[in-house]
Amino acid sequence: MEADKHIESGILELYIAGALSDKENEQVYSLMMEHPEILEEVKEIEKSISILTSHVAPKDAKNSFKDVLIKMLQEKEDSAKTIPLRTSKNNWVTYTGWAAALVVGSTLILSLNKSANLQGQIDTINEAKEQYEIQLDKTNTDLAENKKLLAVIRSKDIVTVPLQGQKVYPEAYAKVYWNKNSKNIYLDVQGLPDPPKGKVYQVWSLKLDPLSPTSLGTIDNFTASDNKIFTINNPNDSQAFGITLEPAGGSETPTLEQLYTLGAV
Amino acid sequence: MQLESLVKKFKTKDVKAFEKLYDLYSESVQGIVFNIVREQSIAEEVTQDVFIKAWNNAESYSEKKGRFFTWIINIARNAAIDKVRSKNFKNNTKNLDAEFFVDILENHDSLDSKTDAIGVKNFVSKLKETCIKVIELLYFKGFTQKEVSESLDIPLGTVKTRNRNCINELRIMLK
Repeated sequence: MEADKHIESGILELYIAGALSDKENEQVYSLMMEHPEILEEVKEIEKSISILTSHVAPKDAKNSFKDVLIKMLQEKEDSAKTIPLRTSKNNWVTYTGWAAALVVGSTLILSLNKSANLQGQIDTINEAKEQYEIQLDKTNTDLAENKKLLAVIRSKDIVTVPLQGQKVYPEAYAKVYWNKNSKNIYLDVQGLPDPPKGKVYQVWSLKLDPLSPTSLGTIDNFTASDNKIFTINNPNDSQAFGITLEPAGGSETPTLEQLYTLGAV
Repeated sequence: MQLESLVKKFKTKDVKAFEKLYDLYSESVQGIVFNIVREQSIAEEVTQDVFIKAWNNAESYSEKKGRFFTWIINIARNAAIDKVRSKNFKNNTKNLDAEFFVDILENHDSLDSKTDAIGVKNFVSKLKETCIKVIELLYFKGFTQKEVSESLDIPLGTVKTRNRNCINELRIMLK
């Protein structure tokens, strides 16, 4: 019989070893499809080699599918971190393939209830990563802002006006950096306490003789601001600056009993 | 589940199918790898890498080109050889070329947790020296028929028939 001839030839044993050419592999495949006894023989050979090779593994070797999954996800993390900003097509395709594979993979992993522990670890890693990203983004924004401020303060067109604490709150202090060219002041109010509820700080430009205040507006987002530096438009020919505490919405004229800081140019 | 449908599902990145295939073949992979790297912790690491590689290349596997088992042990041999050749692989004093898979089996503790391991060890030691060499080169080292023929200095056709006889002996012993 034809099938027996192939079985006896020894080609199937080489097929399992992977020692045949591509063409021969395809021939064996067609033979298996044609003759069930050849497929059976191939399976038997495979089984014997599988048993033999598995016994060569160290007996107490760690052998856990979960570890493979964890490593796979860690590699995903690593590759996400180290992907350069090149847009070479190949790279992009590989990366997208990876990402797609792992999206599918991760989704399926989720469906495996027993890997709850693993899932916990993934979540922790992802959460941490997200936190870092948020932090990094914030740090970058802060840095850019600080650089801008520093540039402003160092500019030769800037006039610095320190504002001293007054009777109502002697520890208070503030600083005005005034750029007369751009008609802007940068008001640093880090030395003021948070205003009580229902109250806001109002900034005034003052002419001293006679004393005539002009409102530069209220600082509505004082508490929310991180660096407590506010940019305010000031078209006036100011001789001094003052800050008072006023009811929310601000006042027409300054409440002098609530004058927190004052400083002359 | 039938192996054929497992492999099909694996190719569509089905994690459950992947796990089943891992259960079926991870020990064989580890055996192949350990025979080449000869160090347990490295064999464990490389075995994981082999399965990750298989997963990443799942679409490229085709049943027409060969059995899944053949495919995965081929990845295993290549990964292990790459590891041995890599810079940071500590080359221990052992001469790797001089040792065969049977030495590992013989060195296995006789108090074996695997129930049939003692049996495997005993009958493998009964295999003829020529069989051990042919099996080592073909299955553990991934030599082609021609390379085996050159390495053992036997005619090409003899490789095929000798190996057939050796595997037959092995199969009888395993029964």
